[in-house]
Amino acid sequence: MASWKHFKDFLKKNSMAKLKPAVNDGDHMQGNTAAPVQFVEYGDYQCPHCAAAFPMIKQICKKFKDELLFVFRHFPLTEIHPMAQPAAMAAEAAGLQGRFWEMHDLIFENQPALQPAFFLLLAEKLKLNLRNFQRDLQDSRLAEKVDAQFESGVISGVNGTPSFFINGNKYEGDYNIQSLSRAIKSAITQKA
Amino acid sequence: MLEINQPAPDFELNVTPSDKFSIKDLRGKKVILVFYPADWSPVCGDQLALYNETNRMFSRYNAELVGISVDGKWCHAAYRDARNLRFRLMADFEPKGAVARTYGVYNEKEGRSERALFIIDEEGIIRWNYLSPSNVNPGADGILEALQRLSEKK
Repeated sequence: MASWKHFKDFLKKNSMAKLKPAVNDGDHMQGNTAAPVQFVEYGDYQCPHCAAAFPMIKQICKKFKDELLFVFRHFPLTEIHPMAQPAAMAAEAAGLQGRFWEMHDLIFENQPALQPAFFLLLAEKLKLNLRNFQRDLQDSRLAEKVDAQFESGVISGVNGTPSFFINGNKYEGDYNIQSLSRAIKSAITQKA
Repeated sequence: MLEINQPAPDFELNVTPSDKFSIKDLRGKKVILVFYPADWSPVCGDQLALYNETNRMFSRYNAELVGISVDGKWCHAAYRDARNLRFRLMADFEPKGAVARTYGVYNEKEGRSERALFIIDEEGIIRWNYLSPSNVNPGADGILEALQRLSEKK
């Protein structure tokens, strides 16, 4: 049944999983914009695997410092995670006040507590302008941005969360620090 | 696995405990027929959860997604409900896997269908197929690329 032709098709398909569009000005990024490695995560704020990956990514960013640019794109699975889209909106709304990453961190650190009223508490904690924050939570342009990031993930071959891309190529290895670090190191060597 | 450019065999199966459905009823639309091994198993869950969200992208191509596995109608009903699935799940239950066999994607050894995708066009002709290793979620990018290519051909 699993013929050679199908196996080849599978390899071809998987080797084609490329990040579309490439990292650009519309992305939320952390680290050195001129870094040899761009490390992109597609994540869902209510996904337990993403919350588990969160401290690991922090460690990786710390470890590779200036050699890494980290980018987060939204990939909310709204039907199984009803708080994923509102959380993405909260991060984007905080982003309009220059605090995307702070909100991103708080959301993952408090994942079990996520509910609509809780985002206001987080906004308060970050000393955001609450009126603007509440207005922006309803902003259809932010919702479109989240949708567009989701769709870019689908086109790029994201099949679940978290999914990672290293210099535009989909990472297919294990989700642990050792494997990810090895892949990042090899991408750095390729660039050197 | 049935090859492209041949008519998709029609079939009628339960989609809810009380209703049957035939893919012929979707003539005039493209059909994305998703064979998957089983309700509740982890990879299927991710794959179907993904398609639940990408449905809006498929609908831009006048395409409707239908899932099919050997699970029974009550199992499908509970699964759809638990995962908020917005598309039909067909029960290829009795005789077990008959439709999967017809489409050439039945796994005798495991007693379930393979993880396979077909796109059937508005006239009921198979235009694309894909067989995935059963432990790999094939994602939606291949489906969307195929839908895009088909829409450009017209």
